[in-house]
Parts: sequence; C-alpha cells; structure tokens
Amino acid sequence: MHPIVRTILQRLGLGLVTLFVVSLILFSSIEFLPGDFGEAVLGQAALPETVAAFRKELGLDLPVHERYLDWLGGMLTGDMGNSFSGRGAGGGQDRSRAVIDLLAPRLANTLFLASMAAIISVPLALFLGITAALYRGSIYDRLVNACTLTTISFPEFFVAYILILIFSSFNQIFPSLANISPDATFWERVYLSALPAMTLTLVIVAHMMRMTRAAIISLMASPYIEMAELKGASKSEIILKHALPNAWAPIVTVIAFNLAYLVVGVVVVEVVFVYPGVGQLMVDAVRTRDVPVVQGCAMIFAATYILLNLFADVIAIITNPRLLHPR
Amino acid sequence: MSDQNRGKKGDILLEMKDIVIDGYSDDRWHEIVKGVDVTLRRGEVMGLIGESGAGKSTLGLAAMGFARPGCRLTSGTIMFDGQDLMKTPEAKKRALRGSRIAYVAQSAAASFNPAHTLIDQTVESVIRHRIKSADEARKDARQLYADLQLPNPDHIGDRYPHQVSGGQLQRVMTAMAMSPRPDLIIFDEPTTALDVTTQVEVLASMRRIVEQFNTAAIYITHDLAVVAQMADVIKVLRYGVTIEDADTRSMLANPAKEYTRSLWSVRSIEKDEERSDDIILKVDGIDASYSGSEKVLDNVTIDVPRGHTVAIVGESGSGKSTAARAITGLLPPSKGQILYNGKPLPPALKDRSVDQLQNIQMIYQMADTAMNPRQTVRDIIGRPLEFYLKLRGRERDKRLMELIEMIELDESFIDRVPAEMSGGQKQRVCIARALAANPEVIICDEVTSALDQIVQKGILELLLRLQREFGLTYIFITHDIATVKAISDQIVVMLQGQVVEQGMKSEILSPPYPDYTHLLLSSVPEMDPDWLTGLLAKRKTEQAAG
Amino acid sequence: MNSMNTDNDKEEDISSSETAELADQGYSAAGEVGMIKSRRTFRENVWRGLKSAPPTALFGLTVITIYAFFAIFAGFLAPYGEAEIFDLSYAPWDDQFMFGTDQLGRDVLSRLIYGARNTVGIAFVTTLFAFTIGGGLGITAAINNNGWLDNLLSRSVDVLMAIPSLIFALILLSMFGATTLNLIIIIAVLDSTRVFRIARAVSLNVVVMDYVEAARLRGEKLMWILWREILPNIMPPLVAEFGLRFCFVFLTIAALSFLGVGIQPPTADWGSMVRETAGLIQFAKYDLTAAMTPMLPAAAIALLTVAVNFVVDWFLHKSSGLKD
Repeated sequence: MHPIVRTILQRLGLGLVTLFVVSLILFSSIEFLPGDFGEAVLGQAALPETVAAFRKELGLDLPVHERYLDWLGGMLTGDMGNSFSGRGAGGGQDRSRAVIDLLAPRLANTLFLASMAAIISVPLALFLGITAALYRGSIYDRLVNACTLTTISFPEFFVAYILILIFSSFNQIFPSLANISPDATFWERVYLSALPAMTLTLVIVAHMMRMTRAAIISLMASPYIEMAELKGASKSEIILKHALPNAWAPIVTVIAFNLAYLVVGVVVVEVVFVYPGVGQLMVDAVRTRDVPVVQGCAMIFAATYILLNLFADVIAIITNPRLLHPR
Repeated sequence: MSDQNRGKKGDILLEMKDIVIDGYSDDRWHEIVKGVDVTLRRGEVMGLIGESGAGKSTLGLAAMGFARPGCRLTSGTIMFDGQDLMKTPEAKKRALRGSRIAYVAQSAAASFNPAHTLIDQTVESVIRHRIKSADEARKDARQLYADLQLPNPDHIGDRYPHQVSGGQLQRVMTAMAMSPRPDLIIFDEPTTALDVTTQVEVLASMRRIVEQFNTAAIYITHDLAVVAQMADVIKVLRYGVTIEDADTRSMLANPAKEYTRSLWSVRSIEKDEERSDDIILKVDGIDASYSGSEKVLDNVTIDVPRGHTVAIVGESGSGKSTAARAITGLLPPSKGQILYNGKPLPPALKDRSVDQLQNIQMIYQMADTAMNPRQTVRDIIGRPLEFYLKLRGRERDKRLMELIEMIELDESFIDRVPAEMSGGQKQRVCIARALAANPEVIICDEVTSALDQIVQKGILELLLRLQREFGLTYIFITHDIATVKAISDQIVVMLQGQVVEQGMKSEILSPPYPDYTHLLLSSVPEMDPDWLTGLLAKRKTEQAAG
Repeated sequence: MNSMNTDNDKEEDISSSETAELADQGYSAAGEVGMIKSRRTFRENVWRGLKSAPPTALFGLTVITIYAFFAIFAGFLAPYGEAEIFDLSYAPWDDQFMFGTDQLGRDVLSRLIYGARNTVGIAFVTTLFAFTIGGGLGITAAINNNGWLDNLLSRSVDVLMAIPSLIFALILLSMFGATTLNLIIIIAVLDSTRVFRIARAVSLNVVVMDYVEAARLRGEKLMWILWREILPNIMPPLVAEFGLRFCFVFLTIAALSFLGVGIQPPTADWGSMVRETAGLIQFAKYDLTAAMTPMLPAAAIALLTVAVNFVVDWFLHKSSGLKD
C-alpha cells in the first residue's frame, strides 16, 4: 500500500475512535442524572405511572449496551430523542418537541454565521500573518502583534459589547439583537448578523494571524531557505518557490484549527446577540439540564470540530514530500 | 557568466580588507570577526581553518556579502571582481549569488528543499540568472553528476532529497554550486558530517571538479588534514583574528605559530602498548537490538584487560556505542553475557547492585548534555561521593578538592555551573565525576570528538596520566584513528554490528589488513598535501589489479 | 589566567591585537577560554531583567501587582459587602455608590473588588490544579517514554483534546450541575490535557539528556531523578505555560459565568456581573455611566489577560533567546 494511503487510513481510524469515545461520553451523561430527575423533569405533580413511562421511554429498564446501540442508531439516523422541556405541561400531557426539530433550523443559522465570519477572517488573517512574518520586527509587525495580542486577551463578550456600543448604541448602524426570523431574506440575514460576524472575525483573525506568523517564521528559519537566499533568489521567489510548497501543512492546520475554534466561539457570541443558533440552544439546555438537547448539540459541535481537524491532517499528509515520494 | 568576463588565472578575484563582523548575543553586539584580511586569486583554493568560535563560517559568508540573522557586517571592504559588496545594493548582490559566487553548506540534508527534486534545485540558479536554457542546464547538471561520480547520473536528479544518502547529497550540492560555473565557491565544512570512508570519495570528486573548471574556492573546515588535500593556501583563524597565512606546503612543513602546530597536536601523542592477559571485563557473544527490530549487535565478543585501554573503532551505525550501552546495562543483550572479574553481570541496569554500578563509570561525548545545567561543579562531583562513598560535609569537600586538582582545575571552579565553563573544562568535570566513584572501568564514548584539537590533547594526556596513577581500565569508543593511536593498547574494529577484528594496536594498524580495516585506515586524511592524490592512484592500481 | 573567566564584561572588549596575542598562547586547562556566560546572582538577574524589560511587560507587571493587591485586601478596600443589598437598584454613579448599583441594588464597586478575589482566585486555583495533574502525569509519561503508561495517557489526551473544551465543559456541567466546585474540577481536568502535552514534550527533551542517563547509571531512584534532574530544567517553559494556561482558564470561566453556568450568585464574579447588567448597554446614548456598568467587569477581565499575556510574551522572548 502506498504510505500516503496507509497514513490517511490510520488518521481516519483515529478520527472514528475519537467520535466513538465522544458518543460514549455523551451517552453516559444520562446515566449521571440524579435518581429523582424524572420528577424534576415532569414536575412535582407527575403521577408515578407517568414517571415510569418516561423512564421506559428513555429505556432505563434495558441493559446499558442495548440502550447505547439504540441511542447511537438514533443519533446516526437523525433521531435524537425528545427534549425534556415541556414534559411537565399541565394534565400530564407531553408537549415536548423532537430534538432534531429544535436543532435543524438553528444549525442552519449557526452555519450561516460561522461561514460569514470565516469568509472574511481567513483571507484577512493569512494576509496579515504572512506579511507580519516577512516584515518581522518592523513597526507594522509590532503594531499588528500588539493589536492581536490585545484582542486574544479580550473575552468574546467584551469585544461584542464594545462593537454594540459603537455600532448600535451610539450610531444606530446595526441592530444589537440578531433575532432572525425563519422567513428572513438573505440580505436581511446578513444585516442582522453583521455585529456577531464582526465579533467572531476580530477574535479569529487575531488567533489565526498569530499562528500563521509563527508558522511562517519557523519555516523561514530552515537552512534551505538560507540556501535559496545564497543562490540569489529574491524575496518573492523564496516565498513562492521555497517556502510555500512546504507551508501548506502548517497553514491548513492553522485554518482548520481556527474554523474549529469558530464553531465553539459562536456559543458566547450567539448568547450576547440573542442569535437563534445551536450555541444558544445548548447553553439554555445546559442551564435546564435538558440532556437530550445537550447531547444533540454537543454531538454536532464535536463532530464538526473533529472533522475539521481530520481534514487538516489529511491535507498535511498529502502535501508531505516524504510521504508523497517514499524511498 | 560568459567566458569573456572571466579574468586570467592569477588575477585577484576577491579582496577583503579589515573585515569586522558583529554578532548579537546576551542582549548586546560582540565582535565575532575582528579585522581580518583575505586575498584570493582566480583559480586558487584557500583553506580557512579554525576551531569552534573562530568566526570562519561567518567570514566565509561575508565573502558573499551575506550575514546570517543576528550578525551584521560592521566595517571593512569586500572587493569582488572590482565591486565592493559592502556597498552593493541587495538586488545586485543577489545577481552575483548563485551565478558568480556559490555556496556549499555543511548539512546537505537540511539545505535541500524537501519539496523539489534534486535536479530542479541544481539548475534553479542557472535558470534564474538566465545563464543557460532549462534544457541545457539539465543536460549540464546530468554531466556534472557524472563528473562527480554519482551513481545513475541520468536519473538521480529526479529524486527527492530524502531519497538519497548524505554523501551523495553533498555531491549533488557541489554540482548545484558548480552548475552556473561560478568564479568562486564557498565550501562550508562540506564533509564534517560524513564518515571517513565516505569523506574520501566526496573530497576527491569535489577537488577534481574545482580543478576541472579552474574555480576559485574558500574551503572552511576545522580539520587541517582535510584542508591540506584541497587548498593551495591556508589561513588559520582563532577568536576572529588571523593567526597565520601561508601556502599549504610550507605551513605543514614549517608552521610559524605555536597555535598552528597545536592543530595537529593529538597526532603527537602515542601510548606505548602493553600486552596483558588479566581480563577484567569480558563481553561474551552478545546480540542486542532496539525493541525487537534488526540486530544492532551480532555476536560481539570483546576482552578488556585490567589497567589497559581497549579502543572500539567504527563508523556511524557500526554498533560501537550500542556495545557500551549493553555493557552498562542500559540495553540488556538478547543473547550472551557480560562477565566482570569472571562473574556474569545482571543484564539489566535495574538488577545490578550499587557496587557493580560503582565499578563501571561512563563519560559522554557531549559534556554539555552530560551535566545538569542547573547544578554546580560541587553538586555534580559531590553526588557520587555521597551516593557511593557516603562521604558528608568536610570529608566530602576535601575529596572534592582533591578531584578538582586531579583534573588540573582549581577551587574557583567549585561553584560554577556548566555554562560558566569552556568545553574542555566541562569534559574534565565529567572525568572527575567518573573518578569520584573510585571505579575500575571507565567507558569513554567519543569523549574528545566534540572538542578542539588542542583541548583533545589535554584531555587525552589527562586520561593517560590517570590510568598510570590509578591503574584504570578504559573502554574507549571513537571513530578517530589519531585518538586511537594516542590512547589504546588494544583495538576492536566494528562494522554493522559485528567485530571485524580485535588485537593489539600494532597488529591492527599494520598489514596485513582485512578489507574493511584497510578501507577505514586508508581513508583517514593525513597531514600531507599529496595524501589524497597518492591514495586515489593507489586505489586505482589496486582496482585494476584486483 | 584564572581570573580571566570570572569577569566576562572586561574580556569581551579586548582589542584584536590582544586577542591575537591571546590566540597564540599555549594550553592550560583552567585558563581555557570559551563562550563563557558571566555569573550573576538571582537579584542581579531580576534587576537586569526589569531594566531591559519593554514597556508592555512593565505595564503588565504593574497591572498584575495591582490586581493581586486588590484580591488580597478586598475585605479592607471594598466599601460594602459583596452580597449586601440596598434598596436602590440601578442607582446612578454618585458619592455613595461610585459605580452605582446593579439590578438587585448591590454596590458595583464592591462587587468589582470582591470579583478580583473570586474570579481571579478561582481561575488561579483551577490552573494550579490543572498543572498538578497535567504536569505530574506529563513528566511521568515522559520518563515512561513509549511504555504502556505513556501510550495510554497520550492516547487518552489525544481523544479528550479532540473535543472542543468549552463544549466539553458544557456537557460535563450539564451532567454534574453547575456548582463552583464542579466548575473548578471540570475546567482543571480539561485543561490538564493541554498541560500534559507541554509537560511531556519539555520533559522528553530533558529525559533524553545524558545527565539523566548518568543519574540512572549511578543507580539513583526515580523520585530523585524527577526532582533533582528533570524538574529544575523544565521550570522556565512551564512557568510561561502557566501564564498562558491561566489566561485561557480565566477566559473560559468568565465565558461560562457569562453564560450563566459558571460561578453562581451571590458570589461576586466579573463574568456573571456582565451578564446581569448587560441590558444597560442599550442606554449608552442617554446615560453613558449606566452603559459602563457591564463594561467595567468585562474590561477588568480583559485588562488582566492583556497584562499576563504581555508578561508571558516578554518572558518567552527572553528565554527563547530569539532576537528579532
């Protein structure tokens, strides 16, 4: 087998194992619920029969491994169970909603916000990072460095509120609440998402620019770059011909890492702007200990994160000349 | 460059005057090169020789108008063929580099870009500077590969750097430097990382190609015997100043300066061998491997006589250091045993008693990494005194002072940490640490190879004196034949995990030789400018005969 | 010649003619000159370090000192108790309440000062905890390099780190409930994976050193090797890492508190303070001071993180010996 194929398969295997472990952790979260959670969910007035039926619905009367397989099968086919909230509604009626129905529209919103931030921040961060590395030590480099160091030190909600103060409170350019309705048009969505996207962009650019700069600097310290210089290559030739072919792996890693970070970063930003995304749903569910919803949201976040990192590793593998051209 | 631009042989090509180069360290600028002059004529090869910290690489790069990050060309003039590189703008210097001045780096493996094929990198500067068309350049590169005696010259260029060996890579780099037919090539320690048997071949092909195209060169090295084969004139540097300038033959025949002579000082010591049958340590038919893979030691048997020195000689990968690890118990052998005073030692370190550990001590190649940088000499030498001899307080300090005097240092060293000592001083402290245990056997693993010649001599003399005074037994692992001559009674030659030959020094170092010993011994450069020529001629006739 | 090495500052500036003389001298072991670092005492080192520190680092050090002062003496400096409730909610800034009161009528200034103790203190304890777990396991794994323990620990950490830590924290908080103790334990355990990686990596660099092998050959016990040979040599990178991890933990806890699942009321905490009064931002145009009420704790968080980052940046720059 070609070493590249073997390495990629190994990496895919590791990704699958990780997903499996994540699913185990998520599944076990229901095991850790306190004994009286049935009453807590259904309300004090719930009849013992209702509680028993509820436990049965969750499959608590079945052996663990059967329940896990059942749960995993559900997760894979999009059946994530029903939310706990609404169960205790009057008259023992079950008004809970399926997790998937809660999740699907919000996932679209979150992806919209994340893509908007990514489209602006990735090119910007790469540009800033590469130029700062090339003009290392210059005023420009120091300025960009100080700014980004400050930005990564700020909590996301601080950045968000500063933007609200500037663009919403003092100058009413953008709305501070991004309550997107399901039937909003594309441009309405863009307008409503402007401030959350801007917040995410600022934070991501700072992180990403610093990582890009560090990656390029360590690359430029390689002896073969000095050799290229001693062969009379100009700065642009050195970068395009000697640095870039070796830079794909570190750059893609930086991008993937930050996109993954973006996925997580949306949680706080969505809460600040009351943006109807998965992050806000998850935080609400954590507060009310609505386990099925937490499970669903967490599975989506974790899977995205793991897949992005997997993607970066695969790119790094297939651009590695040592693997590409084995001995 | 086209031929009409080239001057005649004998014209001055490069003239550097009063060069001062600063380096930044410890929060300020220090002078690394302190006013050195260099004059190089067309077609001439200058050897730039000096020990670590002499500033020779820095000076070599300055000949290209280049300073590494953290260095700056402070003052002086660098006249290359009529233009002063100190004043030339960067764009013009770039036009010279890789066309009229080329560079060959020490570490070929790191200096080739892993993402491109060898031939692409060989012809890169030729195409950039529009010296030849791409097709011509490739054709020429293949010819150069052939001239440099690379195997399969027509196709080796299609490979990637990690696919060929270090010696081949170094020759490809020479082809890369030669490909624009420069006026001047800077060779920066090009063979230092290679084994001696590989070095000979690389040296021979480099010398031939430089002669073939009548290129001027600056050859930087710390090994006088190597430079003697390559250079017409030699410049000796120390601490950034010139010690001596002379043509090669007169410098070797009659060095003007004490320091120059000290550059081959190790060759001036030679221990008179003594025969002994009192075996203190016997390595008896051991096999060993790292984590079950290929055997690194294959049925190795070595007899070590009491109070004498056995030198284990071999190139990298021969298993000589692994043998030491097996003796110390760090790598338990998978077969065979190690007998100490006739009794078997437990194979693994953890099963050995404190007495057994105390009797065999070890000294390492890199004194820097062999001492904890956070401990003072007192801690370093004092610990074995406490640990093995249970000495405390005043008693310990008294013994500590004795040991420090034994290694020819004084009490001012007692509270220093390793960073406050020079390389030789550090190695002496390591010797004292081994002595502190009152051992019978000391394993010396390449203890002098990281040191400058003059310091090596001091260390070897110290070891010899200590052996006479205390009847110590040494197992001396080295790849350097001069060191072997200086210190050993017996020699073990190793190749690919096996013992090729074992015997008294005089027997091993004189004919008849087994093939490998012959190859190894004949490949060691001698202080004779005609050595390489003679060796190549001899090998050629041998080949024709055989 | 012995005195030569003791005072390096003089030696560095000898002229080239002197060097030439020196360069051709014979050999003596004690007089051997090399690249010798001059010796300084700890106090001199600190003083030299501070003198050469860039303004950003000095700023950072000053801010950290002030925060530490407020955290330690919060009880004396705060005008009111952290949970003391007055009749007046959302009081404006005046002489009685310098920064006004919050939605329940608690003095914002007092809560800010107590917040220095609570928020910073909890983050600090969590980081310490993370370092104890992660550092200890990391060094152990390095010594056991490629053994079963190392493999087990490293693979588990790989898997744990493949889950975004904020999401993981949210899952665990939903499982175990959001109490301060749970918060500390969960964040510490999650963050210890990062510490594990770095501690293992730096220890591996030390474990392969010959001096560690020399100690093993001497027959030293594992604890002695760990304590005397390895630990002193991995302290500088770990100290820098402590600063970075602290920032990360501090921001994570602030974010969780802001989301309402971190430090729980009535404990005065900057993250929750921002959440509780965030609505006031809308009134910036009419009353700027009111809008500042949520911004003050947010700025307090930001300022400390910036300060720590500046100091760490300088420290890393110094210890890596990198000179731009």
